[in-house]
Amino acid sequence: MRNTQATQLIFEMSRSGRRATVLPPLDLPVPAVDQLVPKDHQAEAPLPLPELAEGDVVRHFVNLSTLNMSVDTHFYPLGSCTMKYNPKRNERLCSLPGFSAVHPLQDPATIQGLLQALYELQGMLAEISGLPGVSLQPAAGAHGELTALMVAAAYFRDRGENRTVVLTADSAHGTNPASAAMVGYETRTVKSRSNGLVDVGDLKSKLDGSVAVFMLTNPNTLGLFDSQIREITSLVHEHGGLIYLDGANMNAILGITRPGDFGADLMHYNPHKTFSGPHGGGGPGAGPICVRDFLAKYLPQPIVMKNGDTYYLGTGENESGTNDSIGRVRSFFGNVGVLLRAYCYIRTYGGPGLRRVSEDAVLGANYLLSRVKHILDVPHGDRCMHEFVASASKIKKARGLSAMDLAKRILDYGFHAPTVYFPLVVDEAVMVEPTETESKETLDAFAAALFRITDEAPELVHEAPHSTKISRPDDVTASRRPIVRWTPE
Amino acid sequence: MTGYLFHTDQDRREMLEAIGAASVQEIIDAQVPADVQMKVPLAIADGLDEMSLESLMRSLAAKNASAASHTCFLGGGAYDHFIPAAVDEIASRGEFYTSYTPYQAEVSQGNLQVMFEYETLVTQLTGLAVSNASLYDGGSATVEAVLMSLAAAKGRTKVVTTTALHPQYRQTIDTYLESIDADAVVIEASSDGTSESMIAAIDSETACVVVQHPNFFGRYEDVQRIADAAHQAGAIVVQVFDPVSVGLIKRPGDLGVDIAVAEGQSLGNHLCYGGPYLGMMACREDLIRRMPGRIAGQTTDRRGKRCWVLTLQTREQHIRRDKATSNICSNQTLLALRATIHLSLLGPHGLRETAEHCVAKTEYARQQLSRCQRLEIVHTGPVFKEFVVRDRDGDVSELMQTAFNQGILAGVPLASWYPEMSDCFLVAVTEKRSRAEIDRLAEVLSSSLAAV
Repeated sequence: MRNTQATQLIFEMSRSGRRATVLPPLDLPVPAVDQLVPKDHQAEAPLPLPELAEGDVVRHFVNLSTLNMSVDTHFYPLGSCTMKYNPKRNERLCSLPGFSAVHPLQDPATIQGLLQALYELQGMLAEISGLPGVSLQPAAGAHGELTALMVAAAYFRDRGENRTVVLTADSAHGTNPASAAMVGYETRTVKSRSNGLVDVGDLKSKLDGSVAVFMLTNPNTLGLFDSQIREITSLVHEHGGLIYLDGANMNAILGITRPGDFGADLMHYNPHKTFSGPHGGGGPGAGPICVRDFLAKYLPQPIVMKNGDTYYLGTGENESGTNDSIGRVRSFFGNVGVLLRAYCYIRTYGGPGLRRVSEDAVLGANYLLSRVKHILDVPHGDRCMHEFVASASKIKKARGLSAMDLAKRILDYGFHAPTVYFPLVVDEAVMVEPTETESKETLDAFAAALFRITDEAPELVHEAPHSTKISRPDDVTASRRPIVRWTPE
Repeated sequence: MTGYLFHTDQDRREMLEAIGAASVQEIIDAQVPADVQMKVPLAIADGLDEMSLESLMRSLAAKNASAASHTCFLGGGAYDHFIPAAVDEIASRGEFYTSYTPYQAEVSQGNLQVMFEYETLVTQLTGLAVSNASLYDGGSATVEAVLMSLAAAKGRTKVVTTTALHPQYRQTIDTYLESIDADAVVIEASSDGTSESMIAAIDSETACVVVQHPNFFGRYEDVQRIADAAHQAGAIVVQVFDPVSVGLIKRPGDLGVDIAVAEGQSLGNHLCYGGPYLGMMACREDLIRRMPGRIAGQTTDRRGKRCWVLTLQTREQHIRRDKATSNICSNQTLLALRATIHLSLLGPHGLRETAEHCVAKTEYARQQLSRCQRLEIVHTGPVFKEFVVRDRDGDVSELMQTAFNQGILAGVPLASWYPEMSDCFLVAVTEKRSRAEIDRLAEVLSSSLAAV
């Protein structure tokens, strides 16, 4: 049973003199600390941190945890986020001190087991993508996008080509244009047709020698695989541009088709989605990227390499001793904890098993689509890959129930809400991604709840959720008069 | 078939029937052209059951030395600090680690309140007005601070920093600046500190000054003077700080710093070969709308109850797309949670005690190593928890190997970043190192001399 008192802030619970940690006594023949630290550097007052007992801390945070929905506790069909089951065995194994207590600046000779796993992971990511050059360094999907665009920019610089434009699809994640802008590119948007696929005519009209990269999500954010993919990638290549694949939706195509085979030149993975890394309340993720051969020399370094039986960190210097790498995009090797979980996941399924993952993701999404299409309008047809986008537009007109209303009310039925109002190309979008790790019974129950909601009194739905600790927070005031830290009364 | 799938054959039949398809392949064929479909399975070994996976991962883990198997004196931006059991216990609750970004505030109050508490703690640690809910790591947080400064100081294109800033952070800045119209000017760190030459490099073109304090070599910088000079020239001051150090020394905000960034690994996060880590960032109130990353804020719900939401989202990529302050989408909430629990357990006294132990034990180690004939302590001035040691024989790798064979990770060789210090290594001493371990380090490095 939920503890309803437990929402004080740690700062309000603080009592002067309480403490939870004590270090062993210091018995060294050295001067007192105030003689070791120059006076003008010493803090003048104690930090205003809260003072708590260990029991306070544990009860506080455990009770806070119960205010979250999570994959462990609820169906979480948050479209585009691939909220699949996070295997417990991966948590145990990646917490082994032989991984979790390795210092990032250890000599590679002392971490051969870890480097073996990372080396093999590089190979697996190359195999799954059909793109041979791999960097595990980027810290998240958006960071991978940025890194890959830097790789593309270095490639064009090397060729003496001044290309200034990145094309993105109108259904793309916001990170695509934001990443392009950070690399100094002007972004132009390519339209979708009413069937949700790229408008090839519009693409043609925007393609010229100034286009560096077309950033494409395929399957796209509507959950549709673009059947024109060959034509699209060929067109871009004919104009000397590169194709970037946003790998957010790789969960739909593992072992079915490969970005390298359908014309992508660069891509990122989201191992926290596709390969089951826990999402951690918003992160950490990781954003490894894969590229074609001719782009590999521009990748960030180091890359794990193998010589005989020895694994080492390659700097990728070419024969003349110069280095074409774009450089580092962060400190240290990468988000190794997330990458090791991906390694465990891929090893658990194996090649044929990964295909089964995607097939079941496609099966689950299409099954739920077959249920939901009788409740809400699904504007892009009867078939999808791993997710689909419904629209609350009609029911909003008919009964005044918006996508947000449906999202809030479904929480009362014990389900996390789908993604709403994304992608931007669908009015009142409700984006549902069930993943392969949900049972038919759960999908049926979700559809049944959605059906009931559309029949409920609008006033009830407008004020939902009713079962949660809070309901419909005031976002406008939060943004107009931001309170972003606790201050004493 | 191993793995985590659900559907029985019966389920599959019923689901396909409801869909109106004969097979999943038929659904795929309707969308994915035949000529791009794979004709052969992925060339990845067959799946492993749980016991086999466990045995594989244990055998790989057993091939690695670590701070658990060896006594660790490695630093350089990641440290073997003590992590209380409660941090691991709480952070391993599925309600925290299997949830996601709080898009639905009503069912994410746990995460949102943690983010708000984390942000408040960071303002307390830095003495600055506002914090975001975390960035990727120390290096990328530093470059984000530089990008913020460049955006705020419109038209200015110079970034002044020094060789005493973490070399990988400098490399990260260089990579990002390659794409935009700005240049980093790197001042050589001199033996008597860097502030004079840094101050001399600040001019009306300078967007920001980036100073690490305590710096990469563990030494204190004169941040206040640098800040005064920078502000007179209209430049922004970015400090890379150590979140443990502020238990004892003045905070960035006390020194006139505008943006403070840090690697938060030291606050309850495992070493894990470099990631995932925690990028911390705090800044002056008036810079808040230029900050990258998520921010949690306080508000009230429709019944007037206090609660928390993601706020100021018009800065972010999902709203502003190419006009966003940054492309950052995910953050490091789980690591920020761990830092929040860690700081709650330490409190002001625990953090001060930790910092004091670092300083005292580092000084003790410096004294002990200075007695080894082969070694020279490069900087004699005060340091926080790291110091540079020179091997008079110039064979750092032999020295490190000898120590390793005796169960000690003795230091980080500096050759690859500092050619002029090819005979030097960096030694870090946290509160976890005992007197006996430090004595042993000195003994082993001395006996290495005997062996030569």
